[in-house]
Amino acid sequence: MHTKSLTELSQGLRNREFSSVELTQHFLDRIKRYDGQLNSFITVTEEVALAQAKAADELLQAGNPSSPLTGIPLAHKDIFCTNGIKTSCGSKMLDNFVAPYDAHVVSKGQAAGLVMLGKTNMDEFAMGSSNETSYFGAVKNPWDVQAVPGGSSGGSAAAVAARLAPMATGTDTGGSIRQPAALCGITGLKPTYGLVSRFGMIAFASSLDQGGPMAASAEDAALMLNAMVGFDPRDSTSLEREAEDYTAQLNNSIEGLKIGVPSAFFSEGLDPRVAAVVEAAIKEYEAAGATVQDVTLPNNHLSVPAYYIIAPAECSSNLARYDGVRFGYRCDKPKDLIDLYKRSRAEGFGSEVKRRIMVGTYALSAGYYDAYYLKAQQIRRLISEDFKQAFSEVDVIMGPVSPTPAFNLGEKTDDPVTMYLSDIYTISINLAGVPAMSIPAGFVDNRPVGLQLIGNYFSEAKLLNIAHQYQQRTDWHAKVPAAFA
Amino acid sequence: MSLQREDVEKIAHLARIELSEADIPRYTDNLSSIFEFIEQLNSVDTKGIVPMAHPLDAVARLRPDMVSETDQRVHFQQNAPLVEAGLYLVPKVIE
Repeated sequence: MHTKSLTELSQGLRNREFSSVELTQHFLDRIKRYDGQLNSFITVTEEVALAQAKAADELLQAGNPSSPLTGIPLAHKDIFCTNGIKTSCGSKMLDNFVAPYDAHVVSKGQAAGLVMLGKTNMDEFAMGSSNETSYFGAVKNPWDVQAVPGGSSGGSAAAVAARLAPMATGTDTGGSIRQPAALCGITGLKPTYGLVSRFGMIAFASSLDQGGPMAASAEDAALMLNAMVGFDPRDSTSLEREAEDYTAQLNNSIEGLKIGVPSAFFSEGLDPRVAAVVEAAIKEYEAAGATVQDVTLPNNHLSVPAYYIIAPAECSSNLARYDGVRFGYRCDKPKDLIDLYKRSRAEGFGSEVKRRIMVGTYALSAGYYDAYYLKAQQIRRLISEDFKQAFSEVDVIMGPVSPTPAFNLGEKTDDPVTMYLSDIYTISINLAGVPAMSIPAGFVDNRPVGLQLIGNYFSEAKLLNIAHQYQQRTDWHAKVPAAFA
Repeated sequence: MSLQREDVEKIAHLARIELSEADIPRYTDNLSSIFEFIEQLNSVDTKGIVPMAHPLDAVARLRPDMVSETDQRVHFQQNAPLVEAGLYLVPKVIE
């Protein structure tokens, strides 16, 4: 059952081949059996899952399912607030936090009849590219348990790759959906900024954070995106747009598709074996009738340094709320109020989070605002203009997601800047706010490699079409790691 | 740009994060290398470029000034480390 597509699961439920309770139990059993090796879940919500599955079965039996996905299980990244259920954001700071309300994405999932299996592991406060900054321990890559799954949505990526969940939510501030999707060999999409509500999604860098689907295929991701997108007045940057069916264009022909390939994405630092996989995937598109041309993204090299001003600045402001007073961790026996703040934050946050808070605090401190934050926001404009220019020439931009396949656990944690540079192909997309995907395109040393598809604002349906057409011609997305088959 | 020990102590104080003696050299190194890396932005001439705060240059929505939230103090305070009579407790601030 766990290798079926969402469409097949939906049909199976409707044809009474299996019930939602049986399907849910199957995935809960797989989590029990396999997650000890992967550590992809922080919390498994067995009781909630079975109750939701029972309710879904009743709707299905009455011939009244609330959506095509009614009765199908999913996992939520532990950054999404779930009412009455621990929501840790991968941090000791929130180890004792029971969310008092549901995130918009979570309530939308419930309204669609989805069944929540649990909350997935992640880098602490979504800050990391390897999942090693989680207070709850690193997640292992299902393709090779010596390797990292990527981050920060590493638990969601590993759970879907090992088929412990048919789909999982993720969030992407600088690549946190696409990079783990690439490293774990699944399909992940970061939507246009503002499409998916940030309400109840614990804030990291508010002008960049965006939730999105992680699933086995583009078709599954499209179905899941339908259940995630929607205007929400509780998110001040939520976009008011007419609802769109993201599956509508899946089967369109890609004959004549204009693909732009930025030379900046194939420069030094890219593993030549990854480059070969990506080039082969682009060749496959040419064989399907697409044309390829160069595009330039002349400011891409500035995206990482600009990001490491903007994201820490916004994080230092967002994370100021963790003060040991209203919720979250509080230190023992504070001697005064300042001591309460300082020790609660010192003991509750891990070192990467503290590093970024301090970088942001400095960048925003008196006298430095213009030199750092304002400067970075100007660079951001340049980066976004590069994309505007490129999309006046091509329909989609293609390139690698990550310069290397999954690296080994412990390999990079010592040096923050080296780790930051592994996001060189993903960060500019968040700065511009455009949508992008990662789809499986092959392997290097038995570790998956992703192909990145970048589109213009609101081109999600088109991107999913482009990804789906590739997946009709190849079977990389259907591969499951042997140890979890 | 290389930060000094005193810079890091000041930043940590502003951020309300206690640093141990052992932590200070490590954070000084880390933050220095991050700011050195960021330095390259200074080589770009950005005169006259409008800073970008929102990808679609959207402006904040206005809403009617009406009460839309109900009181959920008891519910929310269930997550608080220490409360009494509906108040959050902290160490004494005024002697």
